Amino acid sequence: MSLRKDTLVAALAVVGLFALWEASVRLFGIPPFVLPSPSQAVLSLVPVWGVVVGHAWQTLWTTLAGFGLAVATGVLLGAAVGTSRPLNLALYPLLVGFNSVPKAALVPVLVLWFGIGTVPAILTAFLISFFPIVVNVATGLAAVPPELREVLRVLGSSRLEAFTRVSIPFSMPYFFASLKVAITLAFVGAVISEIAASQKGIGYMMTSASSQFNVPLVFGGLLVIAAMGILLYAVFALLERRLVGWAYRNQSA
Amino acid sequence: MPFIELRNVSLRYDNGYLAVEGINLSIEEGEFVALVGPSGCGKSTLLRVISGLRPPSTGKATVRGQPVGGTPVSIGMAFQNPTLMPWRTVLQNILLPLEVSPKHKHHYRQNPKPYVEAARELMASVGLSGFENAHVWELSGGMQQRASLCRALIHQPEILMLDEPFSALDAFTREELWQAMQVLYLNRRPTVILVTHDLREAVYLSDTIYTMSSRPGRIAHMRKVGFARPRALELTYQDEFAHIVRELREQIGGMRSQITGLKGVGA
Repeated sequence: MSLRKDTLVAALAVVGLFALWEASVRLFGIPPFVLPSPSQAVLSLVPVWGVVVGHAWQTLWTTLAGFGLAVATGVLLGAAVGTSRPLNLALYPLLVGFNSVPKAALVPVLVLWFGIGTVPAILTAFLISFFPIVVNVATGLAAVPPELREVLRVLGSSRLEAFTRVSIPFSMPYFFASLKVAITLAFVGAVISEIAASQKGIGYMMTSASSQFNVPLVFGGLLVIAAMGILLYAVFALLERRLVGWAYRNQSA
Repeated sequence: MPFIELRNVSLRYDNGYLAVEGINLSIEEGEFVALVGPSGCGKSTLLRVISGLRPPSTGKATVRGQPVGGTPVSIGMAFQNPTLMPWRTVLQNILLPLEVSPKHKHHYRQNPKPYVEAARELMASVGLSGFENAHVWELSGGMQQRASLCRALIHQPEILMLDEPFSALDAFTREELWQAMQVLYLNRRPTVILVTHDLREAVYLSDTIYTMSSRPGRIAHMRKVGFARPRALELTYQDEFAHIVRELREQIGGMRSQITGLKGVGA
């Protein structure tokens, strides 16, 4: 299928879902304080548009900051775990254990250390999103076929040359796949922290709307987060196509 | 002094498995040698010892009198799997050895043009002209294996190691590649060590065939093949050729029946 056709299918699915939601709310007469219709949710954003944009911007940049930290840490840890067996044995159980801790439970600790506001949001976004990057980078590096490396080794190449020419390109598709997961997780982390302890961001906007029983605005906030998530996912999906398209030849050919 | 010499070489893996034992081999410069034998007899292990990828547990492996691995001798390698890199075009794959081989990389970086020219010629000699900028996945299995052979030869190696490079191909493609391989060999005359379980392939291509027995791998027999080169494919249908193939087959068959006989007692 062509890219345009793919986009059309995706857009139709979104429109279809919203139509179903709108129709159900109207048909069954569901009151807006239980479940607002999508049109009510969107309309609730309009009068406070300036404020919403400010909160959205706050959520967006804290997410991206946390995500940036996650990429840097994830690549370093993933490279360590994927290339060294002792480090793999030492770090993997720790990482898995850490990842099993619900990140929402860490927000109060972060608030204790750093106070409420932006810093815990960035750190929560970081903590929740670095793990898939570590795992994928490590898997990609460990999955390099030994024969590919042997080809270079018998030629007398240095370890660094073999790493840059084989290991890095080979693990790039794994890395990009993890970025798409990590960016959406980073949003989750930032918003969790904003809901619990912040006076800025979409998460905060939703808690405060909720306390005023402004349910349409709560849903409006959810829609804004979803839209930003899709947008960033699309950016990384596009980068993936551009940079490691060779790994997806069957779909794009 | 032989070009490659193995004296009493054995290799035991870390898990205690003895892969090869008591190997004595002398290979002359420019000789085309085949290692044949039942699967699991340590043929590939022996290739890795000679290429310096694995140091022998005991014994000595030397090239030009120097221990393998430490020698500046250049080696090319091709495997059963073409092991091309999908993120590179075919030409870029073939040029890869020049980017890392200590002997060539500086010249190549300063002036890649003659090397690219050489790569194009090499591609033409195996029928790959026009596929320079193709992606790996656009090539059939046989064409990928041709590209893999080009990559093994682009840096003009003194030793060419072939680990069952034709075994995953269909019979027609395989015979085509035998001929392509012969042309490449006659052009450059590298020392070739071919691991294979195809006896016709071994007889068609090599000067000397070593038959190996398994568990642990040892050299069981040595057979010289005296046919003049270039060898036509029709040679493979002649009596003399068939006679050698049969002789090798019987040797390997004898070794296999020993193994299966033992298994039969246990079962």
